[in-house]
Amino acid sequence: MHPIVRTILQRLGLGLVTLFVVSLIIFSSIEFLPGDFGQAVLGQAALPETVQAFRTELGLDLPMHERYLDWLGGILTGDMGNSFSGRGSSGGADRSRAVIDLIAPRLANTLFLASMAAIISVPLALFLGITAALYRNSIYDRVVNALTLTTISFPEFFVAYMLILFLSSFTKVFPSLANISSDATFWEQVYLSALPALTLTLVIIAHMMRQTRAAIINLMASPYIEMANLKGVSKMQVILQHALPNAWAPIVTVIAFNLAYLVVGVVVVEVVFVYPGVGQLMVDAVTTRDVPVVQGCAMIFAATYILLNLFADIISIVTNPRLLHPR
Amino acid sequence: MSNGGEQGYSAAGEVSMLKARRTLLENIWRGLKSAPPTALFGMVVILIYVFFALFAPLLAPYGEAEIFDLSYAPWSDEFMFGTDQLGRDVLSRLIYGARNTVGIAFATTVLAFLIGGSLGITAALSRGWLDDLISRSVDVLMAIPSLIFALILISMFGATATNLILIIAVLDATRVFRVTRAVSLNVVVMDYVEAARLRGEGLSWVMRREILPNILPPLIVEFGLRFCFVFLTIAALSFLGVGIQPPTADWGSMVRETAGLIQFAEYDLTAAMTPMLPAAAIALLTVAVNFVVDWFLHKTSGLKDEH
Repeated sequence: MHPIVRTILQRLGLGLVTLFVVSLIIFSSIEFLPGDFGQAVLGQAALPETVQAFRTELGLDLPMHERYLDWLGGILTGDMGNSFSGRGSSGGADRSRAVIDLIAPRLANTLFLASMAAIISVPLALFLGITAALYRNSIYDRVVNALTLTTISFPEFFVAYMLILFLSSFTKVFPSLANISSDATFWEQVYLSALPALTLTLVIIAHMMRQTRAAIINLMASPYIEMANLKGVSKMQVILQHALPNAWAPIVTVIAFNLAYLVVGVVVVEVVFVYPGVGQLMVDAVTTRDVPVVQGCAMIFAATYILLNLFADIISIVTNPRLLHPR
Repeated sequence: MSNGGEQGYSAAGEVSMLKARRTLLENIWRGLKSAPPTALFGMVVILIYVFFALFAPLLAPYGEAEIFDLSYAPWSDEFMFGTDQLGRDVLSRLIYGARNTVGIAFATTVLAFLIGGSLGITAALSRGWLDDLISRSVDVLMAIPSLIFALILISMFGATATNLILIIAVLDATRVFRVTRAVSLNVVVMDYVEAARLRGEGLSWVMRREILPNILPPLIVEFGLRFCFVFLTIAALSFLGVGIQPPTADWGSMVRETAGLIQFAEYDLTAAMTPMLPAAAIALLTVAVNFVVDWFLHKTSGLKDEH
């Protein structure tokens, strides 16, 4: 077998094992609830029979491995159980909602926000990185470097509130609340989620820009670049046609890592802008200790993060010439 | 570290420069003199924060959770930065926040280093199955972003200050473990470590006396970076309302509580600045620590680009 195929298969296997262990950890979070949590969820007035029925619904009378398999099968087929909230004790109907119904519409919103941030930040980071490498050590280079370094050490909510202060409170350019709804048109949604997307962009752009700049500058000392310079190729051409093709590997890896970081950034940003996404749902569920919802959201975040990192790993393997052409 | 004392030492330091061995204080002074302005700025900021954290009760005009009859009071002589939604003095809470927020983050980082550091050195010393076991578990723990993992664990165990410290410390110990293991792998193969083990020194002695001094510089750098990361994570969790709980004064939750005021920027600029103050306090400290770490990294890596 070609060594590169073997390495990729190894990484894929490792990714699957990681996902499995992570799902075990997330699943076991229900084990750590206090013994009387059924009473706590259903309320003090719940009858013992109701509590018992609730425990049976969660499958707490089954051995753990059976429950895990049930739960995993459910997740894979899109059934994540029912939320704890809305289970009144006062008799009547069970008003709890399926976790998947809570998550599905919000997941679309979160993906919309994350892809918007990605679409703005990736080209912008590449542009800034390439131009900073082109005009290395100029004032432009220094300003871009200093600005990106500062935004990276700020907490997300600080960046977010600064943007709100300047772009929403003072100058009414964008709304500060991003309460998008599904009946808004596409451009309305873009307009409403402009500030959250901009915040995320500022948070992730620094790494990508610096890596782009460093990767290109690293190559600039190579003999083949000097050759291109000597034969009179313009500086821009040297970077775009000679340096960039060889710099892609580290740049794409860092881009994938940063897109994975969007997963984390999205949680705080959604709460700041009251954006109806999965991150906010998860924070609310953690506050009320609504375990099934936390489990569902955590599985989505963890899976996305692991897959994007796996993707970054595989790209860095595939683009590595030493692995591509073994001796 | 009073300024006058340092000045005196510097004169003595100048004279004794010719001597081969310098005392620790002189070395520190020489280091400080060569520090770039950004690093000096960072150190001054950190010292100011530490000062406020240590003497919070003396410096704060009012108590941490003292409630006045005036919620959302504007900035005035009586309440320098106004009051929050319950009528607590924002300035006092900012000062107490230095103690609580920074203190908890510092304690968490220290704990993370105790766990991760000792595991890392143990793994590097023993190799074999123990190393494999710890390394693989760390790989899995690091596969989930730590904010998400912290949220899961908090929903399991509840949001109390102790839980918060333990959870973040364990999650961050994974990063510390990786760094410690990587740097100590270079040290454990040295002859003097073998000599110490051959003469029958115990594991903890070898760890403390032979390995730790040799891996200290990269660990100090890592400590600065980790502290920033832990500090930001705790601030983010508190901001989300699942971190440090009221009535403890904490910068992250202060931002959350007064964030609504930002809408009124065009009518009363000072009111809009109220939520920005704790947020800026967090941002300033991370920037300051980053500046110092940057300089220290530069110094210990032996890169000399100034001369």
